[in-house]
Amino acid sequence: MILDSLQGVLAANALITAFMFVGALVWVSYLMSAKLTRGHVHGSAIAIALGLVLAWYGGLRTGGSTGLADIPLLAGVGVMGGAMFRDFAIVATAFGADLGALKRAGVVGAISIVIGVVLSFVIGGIVAVSFGYTDPIAVTTIGAGAATYIVGPVTGTALGAGSDVIALSVAAGLTKSVLVMIGTPFVAPRIGLDNPHSALIYGGLMGTTSGVAGGLAATDPKLVPYGAMTATFYTGVGCLLAPSILYLGVRALL
Amino acid sequence: MVIYGVALLSFCMLVGVFVGDLLGDILGVQANVGGVGIAMILLLVLSNLGSREFTLTPITEKGIGFWSAMYIPIVVAMAARQNVASALSGGWMAIIAGVAAVAASFAMIPMLARLGQTRQHDDS
Repeated sequence: MILDSLQGVLAANALITAFMFVGALVWVSYLMSAKLTRGHVHGSAIAIALGLVLAWYGGLRTGGSTGLADIPLLAGVGVMGGAMFRDFAIVATAFGADLGALKRAGVVGAISIVIGVVLSFVIGGIVAVSFGYTDPIAVTTIGAGAATYIVGPVTGTALGAGSDVIALSVAAGLTKSVLVMIGTPFVAPRIGLDNPHSALIYGGLMGTTSGVAGGLAATDPKLVPYGAMTATFYTGVGCLLAPSILYLGVRALL
Repeated sequence: MVIYGVALLSFCMLVGVFVGDLLGDILGVQANVGGVGIAMILLLVLSNLGSREFTLTPITEKGIGFWSAMYIPIVVAMAARQNVASALSGGWMAIIAGVAAVAASFAMIPMLARLGQTRQHDDS
């Protein structure tokens, strides 16, 4: 009976439960970072990785699409980690950012967004072709999915792709987003991702808002506003280019 | 007051997302174009005005600082609600497409960073 009423309290105050749960998760992660890796792997990187593992478990257990948030007691995690709070916190990180560095971003930032969309699209398309896809609409949709998991379905719907192909494009985009979250702190030293300038280019090339948000949080939170600034334009540019110019290019080639 | 900071932040985000939606409509794209980026620029500009009528007190700044500090926990929650199971069940093609796109994009960063740096040197 006590358990029942405890469950009731936790479920009725879902967002508060999520604050407590995430706080505990972050605490465990920083403890693991200090004790197990002697601070070599950043605590927030471990927290994000644990979050992804829990999301995988949640998805397997419930068959839902929002990871751990599909478990009723932890539904608040879905609110706390949803686009509304995510974007709110990202905007807040801009406070105190270097306005000059953002202004200088203009040209290189814009170039990196376009290159990022085209690069991911072409590579996704090549993978699709090498797996035996020859239909221009399917190849375009999968290529668009390799950009972000929003560009994929938007492009697929615009071109009239089948739902199986659209699901594949979402899976490609999700893989990209998860990998950017986990991989960024490990490759950051090699690719010189340690200053606002390279963070702007990183955001433009990667483009997945969740991936960039997670990747920079685990690398150096001070770089977040610069990466997020360019990443936030990426999906729009992708939705603009993929069903139009890029589709025409694929149709001309296949 | 703390709420002034939170309200300013909210104002910036709502204006940014609204303009981003409008941009998407104008471009004929079914997506928000740069809403968060526009909101960030707006917040930076407003907080740097520094005029006599519009200065942020340290307490007002706390209202923004709190949400900035909540960034990492929110991102951890975001990670915990990703559809990881679906990404992994998409089959090899989806995984290879995602991995290859990330690898190529990472490799491009140093090249583009160098390009931007030379440009800056040319200017000065």
